[in-house]
Amino acid sequence: MSQDHDDHHHHDHDHSELSETELRVRALETILTEKGYVEPAALDAIIQAYETKIGPHNGARVVAKAWSDPAFKTALLEDGSKAIGSLGHVSRVGDHLVVVENTPERHNMVVCTLCSCYPWEMLGLPPVWYKAAPYRSRAVKDPRGVLADFGVALPKDIEIRVWDSTAETRFLVLPMRPAGTEGWSEEQLAELVTRDSMIGTGFPKTPGAPS
Amino acid sequence: MNGVHDMGGMDGFGKIEPEPNEPMFHEEWESRVLAMVRAMGAAGAFNIDTSRFYRETLPPHVYLSSSYYKKWFLGLEEMLIDKGYLTREEVAAGHAMQPAKALKHGKFDRANVERVMVRGKFDRPAPAPAKFKIGDRVRARNIHPATHTRLPRYVRGHVGVVELNHGCHVFPDSAAMERGENPQWLYTVVFEGRDLWGEDGDPTLKVSIDAFEPYLEPA
Repeated sequence: MSQDHDDHHHHDHDHSELSETELRVRALETILTEKGYVEPAALDAIIQAYETKIGPHNGARVVAKAWSDPAFKTALLEDGSKAIGSLGHVSRVGDHLVVVENTPERHNMVVCTLCSCYPWEMLGLPPVWYKAAPYRSRAVKDPRGVLADFGVALPKDIEIRVWDSTAETRFLVLPMRPAGTEGWSEEQLAELVTRDSMIGTGFPKTPGAPS
Repeated sequence: MNGVHDMGGMDGFGKIEPEPNEPMFHEEWESRVLAMVRAMGAAGAFNIDTSRFYRETLPPHVYLSSSYYKKWFLGLEEMLIDKGYLTREEVAAGHAMQPAKALKHGKFDRANVERVMVRGKFDRPAPAPAKFKIGDRVRARNIHPATHTRLPRYVRGHVGVVELNHGCHVFPDSAAMERGENPQWLYTVVFEGRDLWGEDGDPTLKVSIDAFEPYLEPA
C-alpha cells in the first residue's frame, strides 16, 4: 500500500462531484501529514488491516464453533467477548460483545438507528445498506417488511426481536444450525454462515444449495 | 439533538437495496477518510462521541444527501477546525500554514496501528449503585437535549423492562461535549412493538435499546 501511496496524488481527474470530494480528502491528508499529526504509511497500514484482518469469516468461525461445541456456546451466550477472546485463532475482539441466539421461537435482528454501530471485529466494515436510511428507519418499526426486502420470510407467529445498538455494546446474532449438517466439521459449518445471518437479515446457507 | 440522524421509525426512505459482492470501499478516498478518522481519534484529537456529534450536526439536507464516508469526511474536517488542529485557510490552501497543535497521544505512526483495530474500552468503575435491576419497569424519559444523546426519539415516554445490566460506561452525552466521562449505568431495555407503534404495530415485535441510567425513570 505504501508504495502506491504517492501515485494516488498524481492522477488526472474530471470535475465530477466525486472528484471534488477526492481532492478535498487529499488536501486534508496533506495538511495532517505536513503538520505531523499522521504518518501516511500508518494510514496505509490501517486500511490494509481492515482489508485483510477483519471480516465475516471471523464471525463465521465463532458461529460454527458454537454449533459444534455446547460448552463454548453456553460461554458465548454468557459473555461473548470473553468466550471469543479464549479462541486464539480469531481476531482480537473488543469488550461488550453480546451474542443473541435465534431459536424456533425467536428471531433476532441488529440495527443502529442513530449511526452505524456494528461488530466490526466479527463482521468487518458494515455494508452500505446497514448504514443507510431505509434500513435504519424501518428495522425497528417494520422488521418483517425489511426482511421481505432481503427475500426473507419468517413464520407468522415467531417473536422478532430487534436490538438497536445505541451504546458501545455490540450485538452478534447466533443463527440456527441448518438441518442436514450432522457430523460436519467446524470448517464445513463455517462455510454456511453468511454475514447477513449474523446481522439477522438472512439465514445460513442450506447444505447442498448453490452459494 | 433531534436531528435527521435519529431515524428509527421514520417513513419514506424506500426499499433496502443490498449490493451483491459489495466491495469494502467504493472509492479509494473512502478508505483514506476511514483511516484519518481512526488515526486522529487514536492520537487524541477527539473521542468517538464527539465525532458522532459532528456528523449529526451536519445540516439535514447535507446529512441525507451525502454518502456515508462523505459524512465522515465533512464531520472530521469541521471537528479538526473547531478543535484547533487546522484552520479554514489551511483547508482552502490544501497545505499547512500554522504550527501544529500538540496531540494528547502524539503523532499517529505505524506503531499505533494495532491499537486502533480493537475497539476502545468504555466500562468504568461505578460512582454509585445501580438504580435499576433486571426485570424493573422503566420509562424512557421525555427529554430533548439539544446536544448529543443516544436516547432515540422513538422510545421517549414509553415504558419498557430492564433486561440486561452492562455495568457503568462512559456517558456519551457528556463525553461528546468534552465535559468528562461522567460514567453511568447502562442497561438493555426492551419495549413491546405495539407500545412504540400503536395497535397497528407488529404484535410479534420487541425492540430494545441500550439506555444509560439518566435516560430512565421508574415506571
